[in-house]
This record gives sequence, C-alpha cells and structure tokens, in this order.
Amino acid sequence: MGKTLFEKVWDEHVVDSIDKGPSILYIDKHLIHEVTSPQAFNGLNNRKIKVFRPEKTVATADHNVPTLNQHLPIKEELSRNQVDTLTKNCKEHNINLYGLGHKYQGIVHVIGPELGITQPGMTIVCGDSHTSTHGAFGSIAFGIGTSEVEMVLSTQCLLQYKPKTMLIEIEGDLREGVYSKDIILYIISKISASGGTGYFVEYAGSAITSLSMESRMTICNMSIEMGARGGIIAPDKKTFEYLKNKEFSPKGNDFYKAINKWKNLKTDVDAKYDKVIKFNAEEIEPMITYGTNPGMGIKINETIPSSAINNSDESFKKSLEYMGLNSGEKLLNKKIDYVFIGSCTNSRIEDLRVAANIIKGKKIADNVNAWVIPGSKSVEKIAIKEGLSKIFDEAGFEFRQPGCSACLAMNEDKIPTSKYCVSTSNRNFEGRQGPGSRTFLASPVTAAISALNGYVSDIRKDN
Amino acid sequence: MEKFKKLNSKLTPLNIENVDTDQIIPARFLKAVTREGFGDNLFRDWRYDNHDNLIDDFILNKIDFNSQILLAGRNFGCGSSREHAAWSIYDYGFRVVVSSFFADIFKNNALNNGLLVVQIRQNILDEIFNKLIKYPSLTFNVDLNDQKFYSDDGVFEENFEINEYNKTCLLNGFENIDYLLNIKEKIVKYEEEK
Repeated sequence: MGKTLFEKVWDEHVVDSIDKGPSILYIDKHLIHEVTSPQAFNGLNNRKIKVFRPEKTVATADHNVPTLNQHLPIKEELSRNQVDTLTKNCKEHNINLYGLGHKYQGIVHVIGPELGITQPGMTIVCGDSHTSTHGAFGSIAFGIGTSEVEMVLSTQCLLQYKPKTMLIEIEGDLREGVYSKDIILYIISKISASGGTGYFVEYAGSAITSLSMESRMTICNMSIEMGARGGIIAPDKKTFEYLKNKEFSPKGNDFYKAINKWKNLKTDVDAKYDKVIKFNAEEIEPMITYGTNPGMGIKINETIPSSAINNSDESFKKSLEYMGLNSGEKLLNKKIDYVFIGSCTNSRIEDLRVAANIIKGKKIADNVNAWVIPGSKSVEKIAIKEGLSKIFDEAGFEFRQPGCSACLAMNEDKIPTSKYCVSTSNRNFEGRQGPGSRTFLASPVTAAISALNGYVSDIRKDN
Repeated sequence: MEKFKKLNSKLTPLNIENVDTDQIIPARFLKAVTREGFGDNLFRDWRYDNHDNLIDDFILNKIDFNSQILLAGRNFGCGSSREHAAWSIYDYGFRVVVSSFFADIFKNNALNNGLLVVQIRQNILDEIFNKLIKYPSLTFNVDLNDQKFYSDDGVFEENFEINEYNKTCLLNGFENIDYLLNIKEKIVKYEEEK
C-alpha cells in the first residue's frame, strides 16, 4: 500500500522507535521566540549542556513586542526582560536571532516561509501552536510545549506518537468574495473546534491548489483550531516558484536538484487515510464567527444558530452570553468598535494588498479604531514601498510595526472589555484580545469593509 | 519530575467544555522566564473580576472544592501550545485532570510535567458532574499502576488508557529529555546517514 504525504515525511525523520512507546522524530528546523523558550534554556543551563545543533534553530521576538516605537527600549519591564533574555540566550548558545530592529524580524510563522527557512519535506517545530502554518509547503510542522523546546535544543529530536491521517478535499471554484480564511472558517464550523484532534490533516482538491502560497498558509495555520496537530499541502509549481531566490532557499543548481526531490512529496494513489472529508467549494461563502471558539462560525448573512456541533447547550449559552449575542440574531450590520488586520493567520503582503484595495480613497467609520499590523519587517517594507501604508493611514487605520499584537494581547494592543472587534486573527476565545474583549473572526476583506462601514459588512453587498 | 503516586481526593468540577489554554492562563501572565508561580493566575479571568476581586461563585473560590483532581468538560486544553497551562494547573495543586477528551498538545505538556490526564467516557463524566451536585464531598482514587479511576462510594469505576512508556515515566519520575540525551549516538548516526 502506498503512503500519504504525511507518512512519507514522517517516516523519513524517524530516528528510532520505543517499543510500545513513541517514535524519536528528528527535527530539521526549530523556530523559537521570547515567550516559550526562556524556561527551556534554563533547563539546558541547569544541566550545563549547550544547544546540540544551533544552526538548526532560528529565533525572533514577536509575541511580546510593542508595535509602536520599536527603536526605543521596551517600556514594560517584564516584556523587556523576556526579550532581553532571548537575546542573551541566543548569544550564549550561538543561535541566529532576528530581534527587534533586524530587517528579518517578524511573526515567527511569517518570517520562516518568506526567508525560505521553511522548505518542503522538512520537520519544523516551534513553541507555538500555529506552527502548523508551515505545512503549506509540504512539511510536517507542529506546535510544541517548552519541555519539548528544551528537548529539541538539546538533542534536535522529540518523542512523538504518530497521529492519524485525515484528508480534507475541496473541489470546485470558489465564489466571488470568498477567500482562504473563509474556507478554513467554513471547515472548522462544519467539523468543530475538536473535530481534528488526534489527526494530521492534508488539504487537497482544486479549491486548495488554486490558492496562492499565502492563502495556503492561512488554511494550514488554523488547522490547530479544529484540534489537528497540523495541516499539510503537497508542494507544487507555486511552492517552488515562491521559494525561488528566497534568502535561505537552495541556490542555482541545488535549487533544481531540490525541486526534483520535492516533486515526489505527494500522496500515493493507493494510500489510505484514517478519515476523509469532502466539501464543495461552491457552498462556501464569506464567513464570520459569533462565539468563543473558532468552530462557532456562520456564513456572514446567516443568523446565529441555537446550537453548534460538539458544544453542549450550556457551553453554547455561556458563549453567547459572553459575546452579548442571541440566537436568531444577525451579525450583519452589527455595530463594531475595533478592526484588527494582523496575526500569523492574515498579516502577509497579500492580505494587506486586498484590504488596501478595498479602503483605497475611503475613510473608516467614526466609531471604529482600526489597526494594521504587518507580519514582518519585510512585509512592512513592501507595504510602504507599494504605497499601502499610505492608503491605510489616509483611511484612518493605524499602520504599525510587526508583531503578534492584538491577536493575543500580550503587549499593549488590547481590545477593551465588551468591545467588538472584527479580527483577521485565529482565536475568538474569551479574553483572547484583552480581558472581556469580543472577537468576530473574519477575512481581511470582511475586516476592511467592516472598518469602512462601522458594522459587520458583506463584501458582496456593501462595497 | 516528581513521581506520580496513587491519590485519594475530592474533585473540583469545572463543567465547561472547550476550556482553552487562554482561559487556563491568559497570555498577559506569560511574561515570566521561570516555571514557578503560575498557579496564582490559573483561570485568572474566571477567578477574579476586572478589579481583582474574587468571583465568589467560581468553583476554585469555593473552599469545599479544593482538591487534587480537576474534573473538566470535553476538549480540555485546546488552543495555544503554552506549557504554562500545565505548569499553572500543577502549581495550583492539581495532580490529575479528568475529562472525556483532551487537546493533543496539552496532553503532551501535562505528561511532561507529571500531571496525569485521565480520559473517561462522556456519559460517565456527565454522571459524575451530576452526582457532585448532590454529593460534592465524594472522594475518588486515581491509581496509575492499575490504570483505574474510582469513587469511594463504589459507584464509579473506570479504567483509563495510558501508553506503557508514559506510565513508566510518570511512576518513576523519568523525563523524556533524559531518554533523548542517552541516545545521542543514535541521533548522530541518523544525521550522518541522512
């Protein structure tokens, strides 16, 4: 029997297996940031050991950094200490750090691909659940905890149980106004925030292969929001084209040699998945979430339902209470207070371009505070060069500096209590964007048009 | 890692589904660079209001429900991979989390810190939640060696699954990192052959 893409990459990285236990999985690339690494370095220092393969780890500061005045010392003491600790640890252990001010700094899952660090067939881990993003390149990428960060730093390996495999296939043409964020929010609304737990998901079908690399990253990024360990998409011409001439991609003849190898990274015709789910692309419409987990999503013109798959009545009710919403109510035309365009899900140049295209020459509504946080210094640079930052500024958006920002509200960028935010990020959990904040997850397009109108808007009607 | 010992305790019932790690420990409390002290902010925004006053009817604020076993709704620990979630639960004093379904990364993080996750059937979980409404002081036993979770009134007795490898680690306080450090030669050999 043939192998799935996931199994091919996995099997190639198994160093050994423990009888009746996990496999020892070799890790090709390890990304670290300031929040989930300090305790891991402490562990190494306590054992008096050095990082085993420092050239295979890359660091950046993203979760805890301010998005204004990055050239100044970080004001908040604890945040500053965490970023300084990362700098110190990287120096002591010879790890490449793209810290604040560096031209490569940015959200860890934005810079990995754009620098060509992420490549097909690799195993990639990071102490961050959205590491699944890198699966868009045909790599096995998943989030780990800090103890595991310590394991990778000290041995370049992890003990892992092989997850089950799932295929999500989406055939057909996407309708107008539908973007990759809508696809993934649609999938999660159908299978719930726990429907992928225990699985590694491969996305396939014409609706997936038609997407750009940026859009594929958005899909794989949110795999974790259905509980899946990760998502993977077979590399193709678009993947190779994207990686061409990237800073750390193979160069010259080596690049073509690599492509020849990468071409084999696809599921065999006779391979079997543990689970297969199929969707029709034409059924997908612009999506928005109304609840406090990413599975609680609806088509933007639908009314809020009275139940959701894998949510008990009690949990469902608690969720709507927190959101200040009722079953039967429409989200469309609901007044909003904030718009956040950013995060590892939707802060790439493509996202900024589509949003800028909508707001060009217009003004955001008076009742809205709107932020655009580019995913990296490189995205920021292109946005400035292309005049996008000017478009955002003139429309009344605040175009800030790179970081995770209001996606998780670790820095100053917080949505105030009980305020509504249309957000291009990945989680609508209680308090995720600040204590008491209320999040509507949506695509950059929906976020942009909603910012102009001051209420939740449908790009197909309100533009 | 501390060895996992057989324990007898009341339960702390948290009958909420999809408890994500942002609820367990909000991001703004992740700024420390050591592992200690996270228990103070466990379920911070459910325990305290905006003015840092205790919210009386939250389960952790009811003295009668102090225990070593957290009983939680399905899909516990979803969301962010922050190990601080497992640290905060352990630091607060829990040694076991019982639910009908756990998120993958949380499960790994818990086991790496000596926090046992016990998965039981949904209908049994529901029955225990119901029973605790009337009998909040009912005590339960967690026996990792025999892989049993059972109540002292003899009504509930559930077997739970755990991989042999993880069980050995928990019972003996072994850590994965030591295992990996001990097979470094194999890892180097793998690198050379690749």
